[in-house]
Parts: sequence; C-alpha cells; structure tokens
Amino acid sequence: MSLGARARIFVMAAAWLIGLFLLLPGLITIPVSLNDTRWVRMPEEGLSLRHFEAMLYSSNWMTSMRESAVIALVATTLSVIIGTACAIGLWRVVGRTATLIGALVLTPMILPPIVSGLALYRAWVVLGLYDTWFGVILAHTILATPFVVITITTALSLIDPRLEQASRSLGASPRTTTLRVILPNIRAGILTSAVFAFIVSWDEIVVTLFVSSRAVYTLPRRMWDGIRESVDPTVAAVATSLIAATSILVIAVIIQQTRRGRAARAG
Amino acid sequence: MPAAILVGLLYLLPIGWLGLMSLGGPTEWTLRWYEQVATASGIHKILWTTARIVTITSLVALVLGYLVAYAMVHMNERQRLLITLCVLVPFWLSVLVRALAWLILLRNNGLINEALLNWGVIDEPLSLVRNELGVIIGMVHYMIPYAVFPLYGAMRGMDQSLLMAARSAGASPLRTFRDVFLPLTLPAVFGAGLLVFVFGLGFFITPAILGGGRIVMLSEYASLMVLQSARWGLAGALSVVLLASTLALIWMISRAVNLRRMLGGA
Repeated sequence: MSLGARARIFVMAAAWLIGLFLLLPGLITIPVSLNDTRWVRMPEEGLSLRHFEAMLYSSNWMTSMRESAVIALVATTLSVIIGTACAIGLWRVVGRTATLIGALVLTPMILPPIVSGLALYRAWVVLGLYDTWFGVILAHTILATPFVVITITTALSLIDPRLEQASRSLGASPRTTTLRVILPNIRAGILTSAVFAFIVSWDEIVVTLFVSSRAVYTLPRRMWDGIRESVDPTVAAVATSLIAATSILVIAVIIQQTRRGRAARAG
Repeated sequence: MPAAILVGLLYLLPIGWLGLMSLGGPTEWTLRWYEQVATASGIHKILWTTARIVTITSLVALVLGYLVAYAMVHMNERQRLLITLCVLVPFWLSVLVRALAWLILLRNNGLINEALLNWGVIDEPLSLVRNELGVIIGMVHYMIPYAVFPLYGAMRGMDQSLLMAARSAGASPLRTFRDVFLPLTLPAVFGAGLLVFVFGLGFFITPAILGGGRIVMLSEYASLMVLQSARWGLAGALSVVLLASTLALIWMISRAVNLRRMLGGA
C-alpha cells in the first residue's frame, strides 16, 4: 500500500523517535557505569572500569548473581519438563476439560504479580517454604510454566498429526511415540521455551520480594534494594551487564529467525 | 499433566485462600474489608490514581504503538529489523534496569535536568520523577512493546487487496486509511488496549521506584498493607478487586480477539 509522501515521512519519523525513546534510556546506564567518579553521572574526564571492578569483587553482588543463576536453571528445568508434558497432554486431548485446564495453567502469567506474591507469601509461610531455596524455585517454576506451555503449544501446532498416527499404526506405544517422534520434532520449541523460562525466573522480582527475605537473596532483589536505598554506580554497572546480556540474546534470536526465514524462502 | 495440575493447585489454592482471608476467614466471617475498600477515602484516592494513570498510559502506549506498527508494515526488511530490535531489547530488559535508567535520567540532579541547566534552558530543576509524570513515562515505556506486537500482527495479516481496491476506486491515501485500514485494525486496537490496561493495573515495580512513595498505586498499597501493618484482610480484599477487574478485562479481550494467538505471537 502506498502512503502520501508527507504522511509517510511523518509516520516514519515518529516511529523512529519512538524506537529511540524505547532503546535509549536503557543505553544511558552504559556511560554512567563507565564514569570514573563515585557519583551517578556522565563521564567527564575519563572512562574507568572501577564500578565493574567493584561489582566483580563484591561478594554480595556475586553471591546474588550465583543464586539467581542456580534458581533460574533449576526452575527452568522443572518448568520445561512440566510445561512440555502439559502441552503435549493438552494437544492430544481435545474438549471442554482440556480448554479449562489450559486456561488454568495460564493464570499465573495473566494475574497481577502482586496477587501471586501475596497469595504465595501466605501459603509458603504455612508450608514452611518461606525464605527457602526450594520455595523460591517452586514459585519461579509456577510463574515460568505458562510461558513454556504457550511456546510448546505453538511448536506442536506445526507438527503434522499424521506423524503421530503413522508412528502409532506402526506399533509404537504412546510413550515411544512421544519420546521418539514428538519430542525430536519440537526440539527448537523446547529450546525457545527454556530461554523464556530462564528469563522469567532470572528477572522475577515481585513474587520473590514476598517469598524470600534474607536466606535467599536473588540479583533482582539486591538491585531493588540498591535502587531504593541510594543509586550508586555499581548498580549501573550491574544494569549495564544485564543490558549487554539481553541485547546479545535478542540479536542472536533475531539473526537465527532471519536465517530460518531465508532458508524457508530459498527451500 | 498431573504435575501441571499439582502446580496449578499450589498456585490456585493460595489465591483462593487470599480471597477467603478478605472475607475475614477462617475465624470470623465479615464483609468489613470490602466495606472499607468501598468507603475509606484514602483507598478511593488510591483506586482513582490507579485508574487514571492506567487509562492515560494505555491510551498513550496504544497510539505510539500503533504508529510504530503502522510504520513497520511500510518498511523495507532492513529497517524493520532495526526497529524490531528497538522494540525487543527493552521488551526483554529487566523492569528494574528500565526503572533505574529512568531514575538516572529524570531525577532532580539527573541527566536531563543537568543538561537543561547547563544549557541555560531552565533555572531550577524540573520535577520529572517522584510524581505522576515520572510514573507515566516509565509505564508507557514498558507498555509500548506489548501494544506493538499484536497490532503489527493484525496489520500483517490484513488482506492487502482491500486497500488496493479502495485506492483504485479513487480514494485518497488518507481516506483509504480512515475508512478501510483503521476500521479493519480496530478489533486489534481494542484487544491490545485491554492487554496493556491489564498489565498496567498490576504494575508494581515501576510506580514504586518512579513514584517514590508519593504516587502509590493499587499493587504497592496492597503490599504496604501486608508488609507494614499486616492487614491481610484489607490486602486480600484489594487483591480480589484487582483480580476481578483483571479477569473481567481478560474475558473482554478473549471476546474481542483470539487470545491464544495474541499471547503466542508476543
């Protein structure tokens, strides 16, 4: 469709401005984290890595990073297993019950985080899971599972149902069919869902604030406390590291998708 | 499947329990917490602030998101890739990092105020944060990507021949947009609007950091009730109010557009 020339210029300019509005604030923490004073400001005289050094030598930050990584890895593994099993189950069974279960499984993703936070806080205190590793991992698993279910469901919808029928009619049991036929076909979907689940857990803050206090101290929690008390450049250094990691991940995914798109068109 | 049900129970039972607590259970049954929500002027103020901020931010995010999506449809592939990057990186970036960035920019001694002071544009710092403006900026920034993806999906899926037909029948580009393109995207606009509205209702981190305790929205208020004064009944009642409005909106979204497709696309 063609646009009027002037309208076109206006829309494009507005879109790029909005793009910059979205992108730039995040990038601002990069120069701030590289400034050589102990204040939160733009570098004036020189660049320095002292705030990154402070971050790397701070046992607090490194412990939190490790804790977040361990929690995210375990929660990812659990939610991928549970979510995949659930999605395959929902894919096979069609009907009212399946739709209902599907909707219920998705609720943790849709409900306001504060509601989940308060509810799990109360329950974890009663169950003795409050401020324990297992409690935090379980909470993250619950929150990440919907993302896995959605991704896997999308991946499953691309499989030709005749594949399963063929495998079954050749005498394979449902178990073998699942393991040997379905799982290999949704490998890419499982990988994507694992990335989603990892990010959900790694970034989770609201529910974590409520289900943990001192014994488990994840990275977002430490950042939250850091920002609330006083913003110091070390927090900016942590933020910059996270921005770098996120950007690399997003760019990698985009490149992979473009390649796949090209391959699909070429084939 | 059984594992998923177990997880579901571990999640849904506590939510139900929270609802029971709002009714004064399990010791004494009462509606007084809801009465308080309905009558206390302090809570009315919080509800009103929340509703106002969420409405403003949803509308702004929707208009800006529409512009971006509309431009994306009309771009060549390279440009589209670049702007997708602009939308996706903040989308995946931790909400804390984003709030921190805005705090660094907007504070009284922050980068924007310092720059404006140095250039002599203003004499004293503008108050851009720890007020409603700061919360709105931060929330709009968070919401735009959520508006862009469903809108872009709807615009991509549109039947191009309709637009060509309008053009070849002699309609001007503006008219084609107003009478054909816009009406065709309205369901998606409605859906995306409700989606960002739902997200906005539950916002906690952004208002808490950029509102600096002066602008308190529903989520933060409920958490204060529990953490500072352990008033579980009131927090429960507020949660139920939040929950009910969220579910009502989700139900409306699912009527407007195919929910599963939209969530899968984002």
